Amino acid sequence: MTTRAESVFAFSPRRVAAMILRYWYLLRSSWPRLVELVYWPTVQMITWGFLQFYVMQNAGFFARAAGTFIGAVLLWDILFRGQLGFSVSFLEEMWSRNIGNLMMSPLRPFEFVIALMVMSVVRLLIGVIPVTLLAFVFFGFNLYGLGLALVAFFLNLMLTSWAVGIFVSGLVLRNGLGAENFAWSIMFVFMPLTCVYYPVTTLPVWLQPLAWALPPTYVFEGMRALLIEHSFHANLMIEAVGLNVLFFAAGMLGFLKLLQSARRHGSLMQTGE
Amino acid sequence: MTAAPAIEAERLVKIYKNVRAVDGVSFAIAPGSITGLLGGNGAGKTTTIAMIMGLITPTSGRVTVLGAEMPRQRYRVLQRMNFESPYVEMPMRLTIRQNLTVFGMLYDVPDLADRIEQLADALDLADLLDRPTGRLSAGQKTRVSLAKSLINAPELLLLDEPTASLDPDTADWVRGRLDRYRRDRRATVLLASHNMAEVERLCERVIIMKRGRIEDDDTPARLLARYGRRTLEEVFLDVARGGEARVAAQ
Repeated sequence: MTTRAESVFAFSPRRVAAMILRYWYLLRSSWPRLVELVYWPTVQMITWGFLQFYVMQNAGFFARAAGTFIGAVLLWDILFRGQLGFSVSFLEEMWSRNIGNLMMSPLRPFEFVIALMVMSVVRLLIGVIPVTLLAFVFFGFNLYGLGLALVAFFLNLMLTSWAVGIFVSGLVLRNGLGAENFAWSIMFVFMPLTCVYYPVTTLPVWLQPLAWALPPTYVFEGMRALLIEHSFHANLMIEAVGLNVLFFAAGMLGFLKLLQSARRHGSLMQTGE
Repeated sequence: MTAAPAIEAERLVKIYKNVRAVDGVSFAIAPGSITGLLGGNGAGKTTTIAMIMGLITPTSGRVTVLGAEMPRQRYRVLQRMNFESPYVEMPMRLTIRQNLTVFGMLYDVPDLADRIEQLADALDLADLLDRPTGRLSAGQKTRVSLAKSLINAPELLLLDEPTASLDPDTADWVRGRLDRYRRDRRATVLLASHNMAEVERLCERVIIMKRGRIEDDDTPARLLARYGRRTLEEVFLDVARGGEARVAAQ
């Protein structure tokens, strides 16, 4: 009979801590990895910040909607960097050919996923906090001025980024590093559809239901409502949480199925292309 | 009463697309024994070991390890086993101590700092503990992989080409350490190798594989007697060439 400690659902905080420690050692040992975390968010924020600065001087509507561009950039970065932080930590195992060691250890898949989720938050905070401070210094945009709404936005975006990151990790596990490009590019499918920089009504009518099927759409609509109308639409956040639960469950199920398939196809032993 | 086998494979088959990598392999490994799995490239050794480890699901047949069916019940036994293989590596940027700490925590090793020091002493790694793994020589990396595979003092140790790419002196040193560990711990060891001298020196029993099947299975002494050969290498060539080598020699 399988006891609780021996089952696939047994949870060990020490095993999760081991994986977090492993990624922390890696980050600490490599300054290029740390610089890379801050570099792109900074470049993107400065580009969009100047663009917003320009249109504010030339359009009355945008003068009213101050901050929507920078706000969108920063929230998009939470979504994109959250997924990337998750996926890159996973890819580190593939690049270092360590995945077989982990799959042969008592580490459970969901413990691995929890460690990757924690690391995505750590990597995101290292990258985004300095950028939010720069946005305040250069453009007077205070992301933290969004208050509790920011917490709701952040949680929803992170949940989506993890769901996508988990699924992409499964794809890489099953198909090897040939599928690595998904990790870098998959989130860009979300960019036009989740209406990062424009309202959902901008999309053709037939595409709008698809946009509303994606949790980040609710966050970006909520952000615009907050900055333009100064009203927080809690219902949007609740709907986003509901969709995120489905996305997360689908991501986890996909990961487990792909892991099962990787065991059938012998992919865990062949982690190259 | 005979003790239950540490590993039991029953009609194990693995098919990749149209290739039968392992084709109906059955064997049982007694606890505390050391067995060599011999075979040329593509003989099915690594796939067999991967199925024992639970990294690959058999197409048919079953394999039980320490009483647990793999891979379905793997979490019952993964804590009690470990492995070393050239197909996996340790993270290069982490120091030896950091790597062993991470794996020690994954295997829930008690008194981990002491265990790391103990392994470092036994494997001559004490002076290197704080060096990044990527900056080690091939021999030093093998010793680190060995330290990782012994971190949880496993009852079952699976080794795939443990001395590949090592110079003869280091390889001999590693064999000595493995032999001592097995005797001290009374561990079961399954060793896949191309190195006949290694198998001859370490193993009580040899399973010879060819094209996914078991071609022969006996003690080294009986194999030598049966094939009328002086070394396992000659026996291996006989099996690999289907008797041609023996005929040619005669």
